[in-house]
Amino acid sequence: MKKLTWLGLAVALVLAACVSPFACGWFDGLERVAEEIGFLSRGEGPPLLNAPIPDYIFPGIGGERVGTAVAGIIGTLAVFGAAFALAAVLRKRHPS
Amino acid sequence: MHIPDGFLNAKVFVPLDAGAAAYVALAASRVRRAFNERAVPLMAVLAAFIFAAQMINFPVAGGTSGHFCGAALAAVLLGPWAAGLILTVVLVIQALAFGDGGILALGANVFNMGIVAPWVAWGIYRGMRLLIKRDAGLWIGAAVGGWFAVVAAASACAFELAAAGTAPLNFAVPAMAGIHALIGIGEAIVTVGALAAARAARPDVFALAPGGAQ
Repeated sequence: MKKLTWLGLAVALVLAACVSPFACGWFDGLERVAEEIGFLSRGEGPPLLNAPIPDYIFPGIGGERVGTAVAGIIGTLAVFGAAFALAAVLRKRHPS
Repeated sequence: MHIPDGFLNAKVFVPLDAGAAAYVALAASRVRRAFNERAVPLMAVLAAFIFAAQMINFPVAGGTSGHFCGAALAAVLLGPWAAGLILTVVLVIQALAFGDGGILALGANVFNMGIVAPWVAWGIYRGMRLLIKRDAGLWIGAAVGGWFAVVAAASACAFELAAAGTAPLNFAVPAMAGIHALIGIGEAIVTVGALAAARAARPDVFALAPGGAQ
């Protein structure tokens, strides 16, 4: 499982750091439908919580692409850690 | 298809938040009961891959893009309960850290992408494996399951928008299902590609799903 884990994490980090800055910036499916039907503006109010890295762009460093790469790396590692911790907790309580 | 806050009203998001929370608790107990030691790193790496891949929007039609969901990939490898937990981890971090998907709409997003999508993918995948005994059943099941999972999740999203009075049902459902029928093709391709890569790196990876996905 080690090989798959490290290989998978490496692929995820490369995608997040090197590919995501060049992702397509067009409306996604839901945004497109919201625009066509005319309710897109309803989702543009002030956020309930100010996300630390809004829109996947780490604020205050370089351009948008560098900010996206940094955001992607942080997010990928955070998700990896959170899912690992959750899985480890579930295993720990397993009676076997 | 991450629903932001503002698209749904309390009548829709409150029951979905409560339902999603109850479901996640149930899923945690189901996963715990059938836990496979080796699934710990697999859950983590799947969540990381799904998060990263979800950042990569690809163009699907004039001016419209879509991205991978990952529910089918996770459901095929670890079953629908663990897939729901994995997608929930991704959705919670996306909402809290990146403002992608609303806070109040989190339950709706977990319902669509963490409950509807994995179960649809899993059901179709299992059906195809029974129908087509050869190895092809795996790939066809994963691809078809991935496509239907995305279209079903988008349709669920459309029903929620209609229930909230945000969009008329007769417009929202065909529009959401239609555009996600295109995005679902990308989902099918990435799901099959990721499964092939996972199996190349770890030939017994399909044996880890509780209840057996092989």
